[in-house]
Amino acid sequence: MRDVAVIGVGINKWGELWEHSLRNIFVDAALKAIDDAGVDHVDSMYVGCMTSGLFVGQEHLSSLFTDYMGLNPIPATRVESACASGGVAFRSAIMEVASGMSDVVLAGGVEKMNDLDGGGVTFALATASDQEYEAYNGITFPGLYALMARAHMEKYGTTREQLAHVAVKNHANGVLNPDAQFPMKITVDTVLNSVEVADPLRLMDCSPVTDGAAALIVCPLDMASKFSKATPVRVAASTMGTDTIALHSRSDLTFLNSTATAAEKAYAMAGVGPRDIDVTEVHDCFTIAEICVTEALGYFEKGQGGAAAEAGATARDGEFPVNPSGGLKSKGHPVGATGVAQVVEIVKQLRGDAGERQIKGVKRGLTQNMGGTGGSSVVHILEAV
Amino acid sequence: MTTARYWREVPQRFRLEAAKCSKCGKVFFPPRLICDACKHREFEQVNLSDEGEILSYTIIHTPPSNFSDEAPYAMAVVRLGGDANVLTQVVDCDFDDLKVGGKVRVEFRRIQEDGKSGVLQYGYKCVLAD
Repeated sequence: MRDVAVIGVGINKWGELWEHSLRNIFVDAALKAIDDAGVDHVDSMYVGCMTSGLFVGQEHLSSLFTDYMGLNPIPATRVESACASGGVAFRSAIMEVASGMSDVVLAGGVEKMNDLDGGGVTFALATASDQEYEAYNGITFPGLYALMARAHMEKYGTTREQLAHVAVKNHANGVLNPDAQFPMKITVDTVLNSVEVADPLRLMDCSPVTDGAAALIVCPLDMASKFSKATPVRVAASTMGTDTIALHSRSDLTFLNSTATAAEKAYAMAGVGPRDIDVTEVHDCFTIAEICVTEALGYFEKGQGGAAAEAGATARDGEFPVNPSGGLKSKGHPVGATGVAQVVEIVKQLRGDAGERQIKGVKRGLTQNMGGTGGSSVVHILEAV
Repeated sequence: MTTARYWREVPQRFRLEAAKCSKCGKVFFPPRLICDACKHREFEQVNLSDEGEILSYTIIHTPPSNFSDEAPYAMAVVRLGGDANVLTQVVDCDFDDLKVGGKVRVEFRRIQEDGKSGVLQYGYKCVLAD
């Protein structure tokens, strides 16, 4: 296998993009990545998108996006793994380059969510759960994560305030991210007094509904200087794990086996351990998710993720800086784009290009992107060259 | 929902029919074609117990569109008879009486309906047993 590098990143301002269509949101981010890399061609493309069919009635994104990018007739593949679609798109691009099949590959992610009303969005997202045995009975995604939160609180004594600290920290980071959807400071009280969504989770425990896209250009590491003047970032590990589709089928509702499996493999592939990771972007679709993920990544003991968040261990100046971009909570969560955007942030951090939210002296970063309640998880480790 | 799709799941939704691996004994709800534990492919049909225990619960305040008339409502992961877990609504209860470890009993109830003249869809819900 060839070593792979990221040589270009692109992202747009996320939010409720009423004036922009699915295709233009994607093409805008993809062109930014191409410009950032400075490449004069793309050999192949992967697109992560969860459910453009339900959100805007559009499938066949391979043709739509290569067409509007002016890239016909290159091969293109749309991949889907619910909210982990973006991470899988990046992983697919890496494998195509590592295998020698292509040299310059674009990995993008997109979701246009705001064209549907709230009930429609809730229904579309619920298709990432077990349609016949979870969604049929009336559950929602906030509801599923609420079940994880309650179980975590019962088993480990995690508190409502500890959950809130995750949102407070991520919003504090998002303030420094010009692309974030909700760059505003909040307090623990803001979270505790927000509207109830699925007890014990409230509105400010939940990531928002977002339109947005992100894109990456990858190529063989040893060809990076041939294709691009940008500082290359090496892909040290690309892994994925899976778990039961239904949350209730798991023996432990509080532990994310798919993430733990992917992380273990990623550490082995990169030849590092959790303590060697300088900066991390995780899938905080809900506050409890970040707590469970940081435990599954081995940053904290099982059950200690809440206390660690409260103590500031995941803040930008903490032992394990998590979600300096603002995470899904503040930056936004256009589901198919999220996994790609996490890599955009880590590449910026490793290049020293992260502006006000730059964490000093970072050499190695990790991304964790998750589908459903953790039915799938993708982990990447990236290193400065 | 089409009639065929609804009727396919009737054995599970009406009768809690599950499958027990004939080699290792693991119980699956709904039934599946291969055991995830021992990879055996033969099963005997069993019915889940209608008594169980709450493993976790939530109160849904923001429902999906097809449940909008029912919010707020409680949902729980319930372990039935020590065999298999289901995710189900817990109804006819004061939310303050819900607790992890609480005992529940399965009842046959209406779950949802397709629009104003659509098919009524039935299945299992739980009520508190103590």
